[in-house]
Amino acid sequence: MTLKTEDVRNIAHLARLHIDEDVLEQYVADLSSILDLVDQMNQVDSSGVAPLSNPLDATQRLRDDNVTESDQRDKFQQIAPDVEAGLYRVPKVIE
Amino acid sequence: MSEWESVIGLEIHAQLATKSKIFSGASTAFGAEPNTQACAVDLGLPGVLPVLNREAVSMAIRFGVAIEAEIDHYSVFARKNYFYPDLPKGYQISQYELPIVGRGHVFISPAEGEHKEIGITRAHLEEDAGKSIHDQFPDMSGIDLNRAGTPLLEIVSEPDMRSAKEAVAYARKIHSLVRYLEICDGNMQEGSFRCDANVSIRRRGDDKLGTRTELKNINSFRFLERAINFEIERQIDLLEDGDSVVQETRLYDAERDETRSMRSKEEANDYRYFPDPDLLPVAIRETDIEDIRASLPELPEQKKQRYIEDLGLSDYNAELLTANRETALYFETALAVVPKQCGLLANWILGDLTGALNKAGIEIGASPVTPEMLAQLVVRIADNTISGKIAKEVFEAMWQGEGDVDGIIEARGLKQITDSGAIEALIDEVIANNPDQVEQFRAGKEKVLGFFVGQVMKQSQGKANPGQVNAMLREKLKT
Amino acid sequence: MAATVSEISRGLEAGEFSSVEITQEYLERIDKHNPTLNCFISVTGEIALEQAKTADTVRAEGNADRLTGIPLAHKDLFCTDGVRTSCASRILDNFIAPYDATVIEKFRAAGAVMLGKTNMDEFAMGSSNENSYYGHVANPWNISRVPGGSSGGSAAAVAAGLAPGATGTDTGGSIRQPAALCGVTGIKPTYGRVSRYGMIAYGSSLDQGGPFARSAEDCALLLQTMAGFDQRDSTSSEEAVPDFSATLGESIEGLRIGLPKEYFAEGLDGKIAGVIETAIDELRRLGAEICDISLPNTGLSIPTYYVIAMAECSSNLSRFDGVRFGYRCDNPVDLEDLYKRSRGEGFGAEVKRRIMIGTYALSAGYYDAYYLKAQQLRRLIKQDFQQAFSEVDLILGPTTPETAFSIGAKTDDPVSMYLQDIYTISLNLAGLPGMSLPVGFSDGLPVGMQLIGNYFDEARLLNTAFAYQQVSDWHLRVPEAFK
Repeated sequence: MTLKTEDVRNIAHLARLHIDEDVLEQYVADLSSILDLVDQMNQVDSSGVAPLSNPLDATQRLRDDNVTESDQRDKFQQIAPDVEAGLYRVPKVIE
Repeated sequence: MSEWESVIGLEIHAQLATKSKIFSGASTAFGAEPNTQACAVDLGLPGVLPVLNREAVSMAIRFGVAIEAEIDHYSVFARKNYFYPDLPKGYQISQYELPIVGRGHVFISPAEGEHKEIGITRAHLEEDAGKSIHDQFPDMSGIDLNRAGTPLLEIVSEPDMRSAKEAVAYARKIHSLVRYLEICDGNMQEGSFRCDANVSIRRRGDDKLGTRTELKNINSFRFLERAINFEIERQIDLLEDGDSVVQETRLYDAERDETRSMRSKEEANDYRYFPDPDLLPVAIRETDIEDIRASLPELPEQKKQRYIEDLGLSDYNAELLTANRETALYFETALAVVPKQCGLLANWILGDLTGALNKAGIEIGASPVTPEMLAQLVVRIADNTISGKIAKEVFEAMWQGEGDVDGIIEARGLKQITDSGAIEALIDEVIANNPDQVEQFRAGKEKVLGFFVGQVMKQSQGKANPGQVNAMLREKLKT
Repeated sequence: MAATVSEISRGLEAGEFSSVEITQEYLERIDKHNPTLNCFISVTGEIALEQAKTADTVRAEGNADRLTGIPLAHKDLFCTDGVRTSCASRILDNFIAPYDATVIEKFRAAGAVMLGKTNMDEFAMGSSNENSYYGHVANPWNISRVPGGSSGGSAAAVAAGLAPGATGTDTGGSIRQPAALCGVTGIKPTYGRVSRYGMIAYGSSLDQGGPFARSAEDCALLLQTMAGFDQRDSTSSEEAVPDFSATLGESIEGLRIGLPKEYFAEGLDGKIAGVIETAIDELRRLGAEICDISLPNTGLSIPTYYVIAMAECSSNLSRFDGVRFGYRCDNPVDLEDLYKRSRGEGFGAEVKRRIMIGTYALSAGYYDAYYLKAQQLRRLIKQDFQQAFSEVDLILGPTTPETAFSIGAKTDDPVSMYLQDIYTISLNLAGLPGMSLPVGFSDGLPVGMQLIGNYFDEARLLNTAFAYQQVSDWHLRVPEAFK
């Protein structure tokens, strides 16, 4: 599987990753060779096999509906890059 | 009839009335200081994990049972991946394949005598996002994540509605249902119950659906109707001018009463859904569903049928009385006092009481005239203590807080006159004062009887029993 | 210095030394050797001495447990309240975790002492510990060689005697492979055995925490504290945790051990094969019955693993967006710029590669071909093991196809690096427990042998390794420079 430069640009955008132009081609080559490795999966016909997403095939345990958390805003916001009036700040979002 | 037909489907987000969030133990209470109810899980801190709230699952099943939906024995949570500041993890935990509630349906009555079945494609559980605040800082947006992680039930309808009116009737139906079920407080102003509408138009007779737009930011039923109607007109104008409709998300602006394109959502989304590996499939046993079914309250549709069949109410009145839980509760509380007067009671609730509530802008639960007071009023009408007309005056006095029915009748001297001697005296006086009309009646002009009744009632200040007056007048005028 | 956890525990119990003294000694060793090895990202000396002092008090009061006062190192992806938790990434270089991971909480409660946070491949993505924002880790047996990864710092720290035990995590071999390359003992428990709460996720359905130590006996002790159900982790298991130490010393007479032919095929270094054969002979002498088995889908495990791990990581790492914690780029012009540059500058190259492959594998039109297909193969791989465990009690093979390779040898070729995980990653796909223990040397570098157990059968793994370690001393060898 060979990716094109444009494919890698699109993937990087979808993943919100800035990739410098001068290393873009390296990513194209690396990602293409990883996809070649991945394409080995096609050696096996797995049609009809039920997908396995959790190794133990377990089911979800449920939590009782109780409020167990208390306000820790000050502690959590100490590690935030930009906070004011209790709000996390980001460049203006246009809707 | 227009050559255009509109096709509407709704996506309703109902916040479930759990105490804690869907995947964390933080409180869901509305209105706290920003980010004080966002715990480590809600903030998506590195290393945290979600644990599913049992009550949210149970509420979703309750809804599913109520709309007679298919409920699968396995339900799976998936991640919907996209970047947005109010979405802390960069993905929303939602459901994609195997939603908790499958295909179901509800019935709506958009107008008297009309009935329509609306299909519900699915209803799934997901977590709410936080809120972006745009007006607090000049160049920055502020993010409050208190709402992040509040459980939502997203209810997706089939595109079965053909007018804004039908869409509103459907939305009201769901609104009423979730409140009957006590799974959502239904507060649209606080965003507990939100409607997005998918609107498209096509030429009447076409099978193919037109390009649709999705309308967001609608926070009342009135705005829902206006937004859809605006959008239908906009789309018709576009097509009639030879343009085409662009598939996009549009924001309803209530102040300008228009919809406009949402630039930030322009980009075609690739949500990369996949099963959330932090959560396992939810197993739902048949016995769980049966337990929930057994615990359901009487639902509006069942109530309505009971009112029609057991109480003999009209379809229309039964629909209105069951349209919301509080009205039905009011009716049933009053009915317990006057079980034989359900028709009269229904008329009073749907007539004078509803009128007064609308005028005052208050909910039936806050009515100054309690169900017990209204029932007493009906008792006094039925036992001929007061006439229907006088009853209106008594109702008005009760509304103003002047006391109970009997107290008002007594204080204002409104007791009906049923003493035939007293009525006869009034009749004699009226007949004596109106010889011309007596002549006309005797000449065969039956209509004049109404005039006499009116005069006698006026003389009695409305207190004479109208039935008695009628019968006695007839007798007297003949001779 | 070759003290084991068990020896230190006995020494503390006997009053031969205090926790403060032994902690001080380890801190001095770290001070001396860390500049060479770069095992630690953060050394938490003050916290360690404070905890040691408390431990000594607890002991004086007669309330000591087996781990009270034992100094340990923790992989820098376990969140530690008030201490930087970096995941060896620039994006978390300034991240002071505001809470403790369950594993950390349990060690704290047991009275263990935290020496510091160990180096690793960034976000646990790598097999050589070269993908770290804080620089590579050197292998104590030969400092021009890699220690393996991703838990390279923990493995090297134990090998060099900078800590008697350490925590690690294993998503595709990240405990077993560095244990093998550094000549120490490490165990990856059954998926769900150890809580993942507070363990910064790489591949959520594969990640599992576990200990490194010099011996199986020590691993049993450390795993005992780490294991157990945690209501904060939906994927953690309610399976009862047995007393791992209690069954150590049981005879392995009649134990059926299977050798998968695929693990001894082409690609395995001949000298490693020889060393493993010798160890197998030793187990045979102890009474084990050895037979050949097959795990036919072994070859598929690498592509299958990488699709699943990368898909999960692409989503798991979306939360690193420069909004609520971690690195934020300078002067973002708009929201998109904030996201793209914070992430682009904050993540290293391998992390970006994996996020991009995962993003691609999940994107519209490719989901079935990649992610769904991988999940189907994952079931086939699990079924291979289930079939094998109907015939044998344990599976045995090499941990790695080669011994520690030179620093820089594989950095330009991500795929050749991925192939290092061939014998380890299928266990993560199946969720099975596995451990690596040192069984000899090849050209002066340690060789690791891998034991694979059935679900929740860690006790049998530990006991088999213990039996072997009773008749061998490979696990007690210490590199000359760090004696």
